[in-house]
Amino acid sequence: MSLRIVVCVKYVPDATGDRHFAEDLTTDRDAVDGLLSELDEYAVEQALQISEASDDAEITVVTVGPEEANKDGLRKALSMGADKGVHVVDDALHGSDVMGTSLVLAKAVEHVGYDLVVCGMASTDGTMGVLPALLAERLGVPQVTLLSEVAVADGQVTGRRDGDTATERLAASLPAVVSVTDQSGEARYPSFKGIMAAKKKPVEELQLSDLGIEADLVGLGGAWTAVDSADARPARTAGTIVKDEGEGGKQLAAFLAERKFI
Amino acid sequence: MRPDGPQPVERQLPTDEAHELMALVRDLARREVRPRAAEEEDAGVFPRGVFTTLGTSGLLGLPYPQEYGGGDQPYEVYLQVLEELAAARLTVAMGLSVHTLSCFGLAEYGTKEQREQYLPAMLGGQLLGAYCLSEPNAGSDAASLRTRATRDGATWTLNGGKAWITHGGIADFYTVLARSGAEGPRGITAFLVPGDAAGLSAAPPERKMGLKGSPTAQIHLDGVTVDDGRRIGEEGQGFGIALAALDSGRLGIAACAVGVAQAALDEALAFLAGRRQFGRPLSDFQGLRFMLADMATAIEAGRALYLTAARLRDAGRPFSKEAAMAKLLCTDNAMKVTIDAVQLLGGYGYTADFPAERYLREVKVLQILEGTNQIQRMIIGRHLLGPETRA
Repeated sequence: MSLRIVVCVKYVPDATGDRHFAEDLTTDRDAVDGLLSELDEYAVEQALQISEASDDAEITVVTVGPEEANKDGLRKALSMGADKGVHVVDDALHGSDVMGTSLVLAKAVEHVGYDLVVCGMASTDGTMGVLPALLAERLGVPQVTLLSEVAVADGQVTGRRDGDTATERLAASLPAVVSVTDQSGEARYPSFKGIMAAKKKPVEELQLSDLGIEADLVGLGGAWTAVDSADARPARTAGTIVKDEGEGGKQLAAFLAERKFI
Repeated sequence: MRPDGPQPVERQLPTDEAHELMALVRDLARREVRPRAAEEEDAGVFPRGVFTTLGTSGLLGLPYPQEYGGGDQPYEVYLQVLEELAAARLTVAMGLSVHTLSCFGLAEYGTKEQREQYLPAMLGGQLLGAYCLSEPNAGSDAASLRTRATRDGATWTLNGGKAWITHGGIADFYTVLARSGAEGPRGITAFLVPGDAAGLSAAPPERKMGLKGSPTAQIHLDGVTVDDGRRIGEEGQGFGIALAALDSGRLGIAACAVGVAQAALDEALAFLAGRRQFGRPLSDFQGLRFMLADMATAIEAGRALYLTAARLRDAGRPFSKEAAMAKLLCTDNAMKVTIDAVQLLGGYGYTADFPAERYLREVKVLQILEGTNQIQRMIIGRHLLGPETRA
C-alpha cells in the first residue's frame, strides 16, 4: 500500500518586506507579498526524498490560509514535486492562533488520510515552533520533532535530533508527526517543467463546515491568545563610535561590559 | 506608491507561467548566481555548477520545442530571463546565450532524426555548448573562414583553427562552421562536433579585460573526423545558418547588455541614497538625478527595442534589422550607463570593492562580439539602402 505523506505548509508574509499589523492587530497581509514559508521548504524537500526512496508514496500538501495561499504558497510545493494539495480557506479563520490552526490542520490531515505528517521547524512569521507537537496531540500519534535527518522504513520513521548537549537518534511507529530543521538539507528549486506540471495538479478547497469545525473555535474569537497593543519598532539610533587614541580596546571592553555582553 | 531606490524590473510577460518562470529565475539569480559573482570573476572561476542548476531547473533550452526537452518559450520571455541573469552575473547569461546559439543550427536546420538523436541531451541541462564561427583571420569578414572540411564517403575531416570561442575547452559540444567548397559564403557547411572528439583541442584561455570567469579560447581542429550524420543542414548552407543564428544571438547580447546596465543603475541608486555630502544625500542633487534619469531612460529604451525585435521574431516575421538595432543600441547604451555608474560612485566606483568597475569592463565586449557595432550599422544600412554598390 502506498505511503501517504502529508506536508503542512504555511503561507507567510515575505520576511524581507516591510511588515505591519492591520487595525485589528492581525498581520496586514495586503501590505506585503506572501510566499511559502522558507522553513517549510525543508519539510517539502524531506517528504520528496522519503517519497523518492519509497516504492510507492503520495505527497499531499496541506495549508490553512487566505485565498492567495493556494497560488503563492501551495503551488510552490506542488512545483517542487508534491502530488496534490488541500487548501482550507474560510473567512472565519481570520485571526486564528496556533490552537485554532492546529485544530483545522488536524481535521484536514485526517480528511486526507496519512501515514506520516511532515512539518517545518517553525513558521517564519509566528516562529512559535509548537504546531507539530499540538498537531500530534490532536491526532493522537507519536511526535518526533526538530529532526536534522529523517527516513522511513518498515512502518517506522527514524531520525536524528541535534541538541546543544547531545545528538539523539529517535524512532516512532507510523502514523506519526515529524518536524525537520533547516539543517536537514537544502530544498530543491522547482524546475520550469515542475511549474507547468503543478498547474495540472489537483488542489482541494475546503471550508470549515466541510471539516465539521465550529467557527467559534477558530479565528480571532476562538484564539487562546490576544494581542492587546503593538508599537512599531523605534527607528535605529546612531551607534557609538569608539576612536582608538591608545585606549580604544579598553573603551570597547567597557562598552560591551556595560551591556553585559562580556 | 513604490518605495525609493532600486526595484525589480516591472516586466510585461505573456502568460502566468512566464511570470512564475521569472520568479524562479530571480530566486536562482539571488541565491545561486549573484553571491559568488564578484569573487569568482576576480579569480577567473567558471561557475559550471550554476549551469548544472540552471539545467536541472529547465533553463538551458527555454526557446526550443518541448518535444525535444525545451521549454517552448517565446523569445520575449527567454530574453527577459537572460536579462535577469545578466544583472546577476554576465558570465552566466552570456554562457546561456552562447549555449542557446550553439543549439540553434541543429534545432532549426537539423533533420527530424538528428533532432531526436542529439537535441534532448543538448537541451536537457547536463551539456554545455559552444559556437565556432570566427577565426584568427576571419572576424567581421566571417565568410572568409579557412577551416577546411573534406569529405570521404560518409566521414568528414575538419582541419583548422577557430578563435574567440566562449566555453572553448570546456564545452560538451561545438557547432563548427567550416569550408567544404569554394571560396565565399556559399562554400561553408555546419557541423555538430562532440567536445571529446579526437584532434579537437583548446589553447590556453585568452587573458581578457572582463568576463574573466567565462573562458574564451582558440580551438584547434587537427584531423577531427565526424560522421555525415553530424552535418547540420545542406552542404554549402552553413553561412546562412550562421547568419540566422547570429540574428537570434544578437537579441541575446542585447538582453545581456540591458541586464548589466540595470545592475549598474541599481548600484548607483543605492549608493546615492546612502551617501551624504554637503549635509544632504547625494540623491538630492539635481545634476546627479539628471544623470540617473538619462541612465534609466537609456535602459528602458533598449529593453523596449529588444522586445520589439523579439516579438517580431515570435510572430514569425523578419527581425534581422531590428535585432541589429537592438544589439547596437542596448550595448552602446550599456557602455554609457556603466561609465556613468562608475562616475556616480566616484572614487569608490573605481575600486574593485564595488561592482561598478566590473560592469564597465564587462559590457565593453558586448559592443564587439557577435558582430561589432560597426557591423551592426552596416547591416542596418543594407536594410535601409540595399547592398553597397562598390565591390
